Amino acid sequence: MLTRTIIAITATALMAGAAIAADKIKPAVVYDLGGKNDKSFNQGVFDGATKFQKETGIKFRDFEIQNDSQREQALRNFASKGFSPILAVGFSQAQAVAKIADEFPKTQFGIIDMVVDKPNVASIVFKEHEGSFLVGMLAEMAAKSGKVGFVGGMDIPLIRRFACGYVGGAKAANPKAEVFQNMTGTTGAAWNDPVKGGELAKAQFAQGADVVYHAAGGTGVGVLQAAADAKKLGIGVDSNQNGMHPGSVLTSMLKRVDVAAYTLFDAAKNGKFKAGVQALGLAEGGVGWALDKNNKALITSEMQKAVDTATADIKSGKIVVHDYMSDSKCPY
Amino acid sequence: MESLDTIAQVLASTIRLTIPLLFACLAGLYSERSGVFDIGLEGKMLVAAFAAGAAAAVGHSPWLGLLAGVGTSVAFALLHGFAVITHRGDQIVSGVAVNIIALGLSAQLGSTWFGLGGQTPQLQPEERFLPLTLPGADAVAGVPVLGQIYSQILSGHSILVYFAFAMVPLTWWVLFRTRFGLRLRAVGENPAAADTAGVSVNGMRYAAVVCCGVLCGFAGTYLSIAQSAGFSRSMTAGKGFIALAALVFAKWQPVPAMWACLLFGFLDAVAIRLQGTALPAVGILPVQLMQAVPYILTVALLAGFIGRATPPKAGGVPYVKER
Repeated sequence: MLTRTIIAITATALMAGAAIAADKIKPAVVYDLGGKNDKSFNQGVFDGATKFQKETGIKFRDFEIQNDSQREQALRNFASKGFSPILAVGFSQAQAVAKIADEFPKTQFGIIDMVVDKPNVASIVFKEHEGSFLVGMLAEMAAKSGKVGFVGGMDIPLIRRFACGYVGGAKAANPKAEVFQNMTGTTGAAWNDPVKGGELAKAQFAQGADVVYHAAGGTGVGVLQAAADAKKLGIGVDSNQNGMHPGSVLTSMLKRVDVAAYTLFDAAKNGKFKAGVQALGLAEGGVGWALDKNNKALITSEMQKAVDTATADIKSGKIVVHDYMSDSKCPY
Repeated sequence: MESLDTIAQVLASTIRLTIPLLFACLAGLYSERSGVFDIGLEGKMLVAAFAAGAAAAVGHSPWLGLLAGVGTSVAFALLHGFAVITHRGDQIVSGVAVNIIALGLSAQLGSTWFGLGGQTPQLQPEERFLPLTLPGADAVAGVPVLGQIYSQILSGHSILVYFAFAMVPLTWWVLFRTRFGLRLRAVGENPAAADTAGVSVNGMRYAAVVCCGVLCGFAGTYLSIAQSAGFSRSMTAGKGFIALAALVFAKWQPVPAMWACLLFGFLDAVAIRLQGTALPAVGILPVQLMQAVPYILTVALLAGFIGRATPPKAGGVPYVKER
């Protein structure tokens, strides 16, 4: 009898707790190793969450991990303090999210860039190949030599997906396009090695490339620097990096992680949190390319027209950009 | 012509990649020759890179950055010295401690001061050591081979690069042709004998550790404000340890040390250049293999090819005066 009463009380308390939670959510973000000011991927999430905070007045908490072992701790810490939804940024958080999501089945989790198949996790992935296809076209059209380059961070399928879409775009603009591809490394350190990124870009410029696209997080800072130093063009990634070296960054492949973060928090606030996979591509506004005052002079009307046509074709399904992660092959 | 260009580019890249190793290797040479093992080269480079990046960004001058880098590195070197010379602590443990402190401190201070996730702000060209064009380099660029060597390989580096190579003969001269050098080597080989001859063992070792700090400071400064435009977290990426390997490889001699560092730099440059390029008869080599080559070579060479590498006899042993 007593046990039953206790269970009943606990259940009521939990329900009351849930009701309060629906009223006012306590969102939290755990960034990946780059940190929230990486001018790229993590910063996008920070911007989206900040926008949400400004518009709704609901404060969010965040944590920048300093090493791999902190992922789990940070997630568990937020979950045990009643934060929900908790957004984990980056593919490397998948294991930690899967584990903590089991420990706290009532907490809502989100993860960007990876699929975690749990009933309380929303997995948000992007069709980076579509955005990369567009910047590949722009790169090839801007390159007088017909040669363009790609510098990836860590050699993982996700980054190969960027590379493959980019090659596809370059070849679509010019079937004779030559694309150099390099990966910075095979460990997490490859996201934070601007010296090596710069050397790789210099090597590609020396081989004749006129435009180099990076998908390498902090390493990319070195790539864009090398492009500016060599008076060539770089292409930024994730966030809009056009302003880092105005006139030397052709464009940036935008991955709207800010939209993803905002949408996730907003859905949770309205009680519409949905677990499962969401793939955001061009049609969903999840990826795109950046055009602003810093690169206006670099994009000719001809380039813009070609890319607009391709965008419409991809949206309508007339062009299907190959996804490297579907079969680990790049047909271009 | 194209293959000549490629070779020239790889060699120019070799020089850029060698410099941090060379500074660090010479730094280790001073310290270890005096009998103080220093596995904290990596950490000292890292704090120097951070201090240089931060000071150059705040003070808008690369020279200020250099000063800050060297100063911070020397402070860490003295910390190591205080622990192992004055207090006779274990040199390996102290070196590891320096590395760990450097890793945490640079990231933490960076986050706190600049709020850029451990990076320092992006440096403008006038805040960095930029590549210099040697006199006449453009004029002879068209001359085959010799002109190319001069204009593409030797010219076009920052002032720190030329300074690094100048340090090689200077270090040799200091160590083998001056009284200071003789004493420094003596306290590393047989401190008791040096002490009997009236040389202050601890004083000499402190001097050597300071030399080590200065050179590590140059290494770190080169990394953050000459080679790149700002500090980023753990940007040394193991270079301090490769420099140590080069030091063993060179049997604690300055000129061989330069060749060892050039070899490691060359392997790195080739790995970068060959990545994704099809080689005749072999095809495209996997990225992983190319990146592992320098390390495989280190192990292979250290395992047998270079013969016995004898460290300074009193290395790693704190000196205790007989009572």
